[in-house]
Amino acid sequence: MAGEIYKKPIAFTVMVVLAVLAGSVVMMAYPMMRPDMHPKLEGLKPFTPLQLAGRDIYQREGCVGCHTQTVRPLKSEVMRYGDYSKAGEFYYDHPFLWGSKRTGPDLAREGGKRPDAWHREHFESPRKMVALSNMPAYPWLLAARVDPSATQAHLEALGLPFTPDQIADLGHRTELEALIAYVQQLGTAVPRIHAGVTVALDAVNPLLGDASAIARGQKIFADNCSVCHQDDLKGVPGAFPSLVEPDEFLSEKPDMADGAYFALISGGSDAKAAIGRKGDPGGGMTAFGNQLSKEEIWSVVAFIRSKQGRK
Amino acid sequence: MNEEYRYDYRTVEGYILSAIAWAVVGLVVGLLLSIQMFAPAFNFNAWTSFGRLRPVHTNILGFGLGVGAIFGLSFYITMRLAKRPLLFPRLARVQLWLFNIAILATLVTLAMGYTQTNEYAEMEWPIDIGIVVVWVMFAVNVVGTILVRREEQMYISLWYILSTVVGVAVLYIVNNLPIIAGPFKSYHLFAGVNSANVQWWYGHNVVGFVFTMPILAMFYYFLPKTTGLPIYSHRLSIIAFWSLVFGYLWTGAHHLVYTPLPDWIQTVGIVFTLFLIAPSWGSVVNGYFTIGEDWSKMRSNYLTKFFVLGITFYGLQTVQGPTQALRVVSQLIHFTDWVPGHVHMGTMGWVALTVTASIYYVVAKMYDTEIYSVKVANAHFWLVLVGQLIFSITMWITGIQQGAMWKATTAEGTLKYTFMEGLVKNYPYWHLRSLGGAIFIVGMLFFVFNVLMTIRKGRALEASPQPAVAAAA
Repeated sequence: MAGEIYKKPIAFTVMVVLAVLAGSVVMMAYPMMRPDMHPKLEGLKPFTPLQLAGRDIYQREGCVGCHTQTVRPLKSEVMRYGDYSKAGEFYYDHPFLWGSKRTGPDLAREGGKRPDAWHREHFESPRKMVALSNMPAYPWLLAARVDPSATQAHLEALGLPFTPDQIADLGHRTELEALIAYVQQLGTAVPRIHAGVTVALDAVNPLLGDASAIARGQKIFADNCSVCHQDDLKGVPGAFPSLVEPDEFLSEKPDMADGAYFALISGGSDAKAAIGRKGDPGGGMTAFGNQLSKEEIWSVVAFIRSKQGRK
Repeated sequence: MNEEYRYDYRTVEGYILSAIAWAVVGLVVGLLLSIQMFAPAFNFNAWTSFGRLRPVHTNILGFGLGVGAIFGLSFYITMRLAKRPLLFPRLARVQLWLFNIAILATLVTLAMGYTQTNEYAEMEWPIDIGIVVVWVMFAVNVVGTILVRREEQMYISLWYILSTVVGVAVLYIVNNLPIIAGPFKSYHLFAGVNSANVQWWYGHNVVGFVFTMPILAMFYYFLPKTTGLPIYSHRLSIIAFWSLVFGYLWTGAHHLVYTPLPDWIQTVGIVFTLFLIAPSWGSVVNGYFTIGEDWSKMRSNYLTKFFVLGITFYGLQTVQGPTQALRVVSQLIHFTDWVPGHVHMGTMGWVALTVTASIYYVVAKMYDTEIYSVKVANAHFWLVLVGQLIFSITMWITGIQQGAMWKATTAEGTLKYTFMEGLVKNYPYWHLRSLGGAIFIVGMLFFVFNVLMTIRKGRALEASPQPAVAAAA
C-alpha cells in the first residue's frame, strides 16, 4: 500500500497538502484566533496622518533593511535602547517592522531620544553627525512634499482616525518632517526606563580639576557628545545648547550644580524635571547612564567645567 | 534535438537564459550593496539607495534566478520522468513571458520604492496577482503532465516538485493578503505580533520551498544522471521527504526568538527546527553514500564535484540553521552579519552549485552534445567556491564580534561599547566580503559564457545536416 502512493499523483498531492497544513494550522492559523496575538497597550495611540505618512516613507526607503524595531529582553539591549518591546505596542503596525538585521541601531525606543533638529541634520548628512556612519543620506526627502490625498486613502484603508485639518496640514509638510514625526513616536507607548547610574543632585564631583580625569573626559566627550554640542562645546544655535558660558541653559541662568550635570548626562531629557529646568520641549538630550560609568560621567563633567573656566 | 521534445526544450532553454540574465543583474546589485555597506557615497540617488536595492537583490536572485531556473529545470525533469513532452507546451511559453514581465516589474517597482516590506514578499499587490497567475500556469502544466505520464512510478524528484507547487502556493497567497490602499500601495492584512508570525511562517518556508525542495529535486535527478550511480537508499529518501514536508512549516518562529511573539510559539518553532536536522541529513547521507559507491567519479566527471560540494553546504547549512535557532545562540548572532553569512552559504554554496551544474547537464543534453569547455566549468567551480567561502567566513567572524560587543559590559555593569564602536569593527570584514562577492561574480560569468557557448555550439550542430551520421560513418 505504502508504495502505491508514488503511483497516484492526486493522492500523493493530497498527502503533501495535509503535511503542509499541519504545521501551518498549529503555528500560523491557530495563534491568529487567540487574543494574545492581537494585544493593545492602553497608552498606545493610533498613527496621526503625519506619522502614517512618515511610516509610509520608512517603508518606501527600506529603513527596515538596516534598523530593527524590537528590543529583546536581554540586559544589554535594555541598557542600550530602553525597555524591551511589548506585544501590545504594535497593534497598529501593518505590517510589523521589527526587521531582521541591525546594521544601524535599533529604533524601537527612538522616539524622544534626540531632538528633531538632530534627525534633520542626520537624514540630510549622516556623517556630519556621526563621522564613521555608513548610513545613506536622504536629501530627496527635504524637497518632497507629503501627498495629502494619498495619505488620506491610506488612513481610510487602515481605518485610522483623521480630521480634515490634519489632511490639509499635510500639504505643507515635507517628507522629512513626516519621517521625523514617525520616528519620534516610536516606542513612546511605554514609559521610558530611567538610566542606570544616579547620584544625589547636590553631589560634588570627586574628579573636579583632576588633570587625567579631564583628559579622559575630553576623549569621552569627543566620542559621544560633540556630535551635537560640537568640539568647541558651543553647540548649534536653535538646536543644541552651548555648554560654555551660555546666556541661558535650559531656559534659566547657566549656573548649574555638578550633580545636575551628572543627572542630565545620565538620565537625558527625562532628568530635566528632577533638576527643575524646563528647557525646549522638543529638545531631547540622550541618556548615557547605561553607556557610561559613574567615573566616566564625572570625568565628562570635569572636562566641561574645565572648559567653562571654573575650578 | 529530439523532434518530439524540440518545442519544450526551447522553452526550457528560455527559462535557463532568463534565469542567467536575472542572475547577472541580481549579482551586480548585490556587489553594489556590499560596497555601500562601507562606502555610503555609492548610494547615488533614491533609486540606488541601499534600502531600496536590498529587496531588489533578494527578489531578483530568489525569484528571477532561483524560480526561473526552477521552472525550466522542473519542466525538464518532469518531461524526462514522465517520459513525454509537456501537456500544455504553449502555456509554458506564455508563462515564460509573463514570468519575465513580472520580474522586470519587480525590479522597477522595488527601485521606485513600491514595497510591501515583508521580506521575500516585497512586491506590491498587482505584481502578486501576476505571480499567482504564473504559478497556477506552472502547477497546471506540471500536475497535468504527471497525470498523463508514460511511466507509472513517480521518481523522488517529482515528489519534491509537486510539494514545491503546493507549498509555495499556500505560503505566497496567505502572506500576501493585502489591505489595498492605492494602485501600488497595500498594507499587510495582519498587524503587529500576528503580522510577524505570518510573515516568518512564510519567510522561512518560502526559502524552504524555493531553495530546498526544488533544489533537492535537481539533486536527486542530476546526481545519478551525471555519475551513473543510482541513489543509495530509496527508503531513506522516502523518510527524508515526508519528514521534511511535514516538519518545515512549524519552524518559522525561530526568526522571532526574543521578540514579543508568545513564548510557546518560539519554543515549538525551535524544537521543530532541531528536528529538521534529521530529514536534511537524510538527503545528505543519501547523497554521500551514492557517491561513496564510486569516488572516482569526482575525477572522471566534472559535474560530480558541484553536486558533492553542493550537498556538503546543504549539510552544513542545515546544522548551522538549527544551532542558530537555540535561544542561547540566537541572542548572540541574531541581527548581526552572521545571518547573511549563513544565508549566502545556502544560496552561493548549495543552490548556486547545484543549479549551475544542473544547467550544464541540461543544456548539453538538450542539444545532444558536450559542454563547451570543461576547463571553464572547473574555473567557474573554484571561483564560486572561493568567493562564497570568503563571503560566509568573514561574515561569521564579524557577526560573532558584533554580537559580543553589543553584549559586553564593564565591571561596573555599564555597556562597554557604543553602537558605533561595534559598527566600525565591521569595515575590514565588509571589504573582504566585497572581494569574495566579486570573485563569485567572475566565476558566475565563466558559467554564463560556458552556457551561451554550449547553446551556440548546439545550434550550429542542429543547423548542419546530419553531422552525427557522417561522423559515425
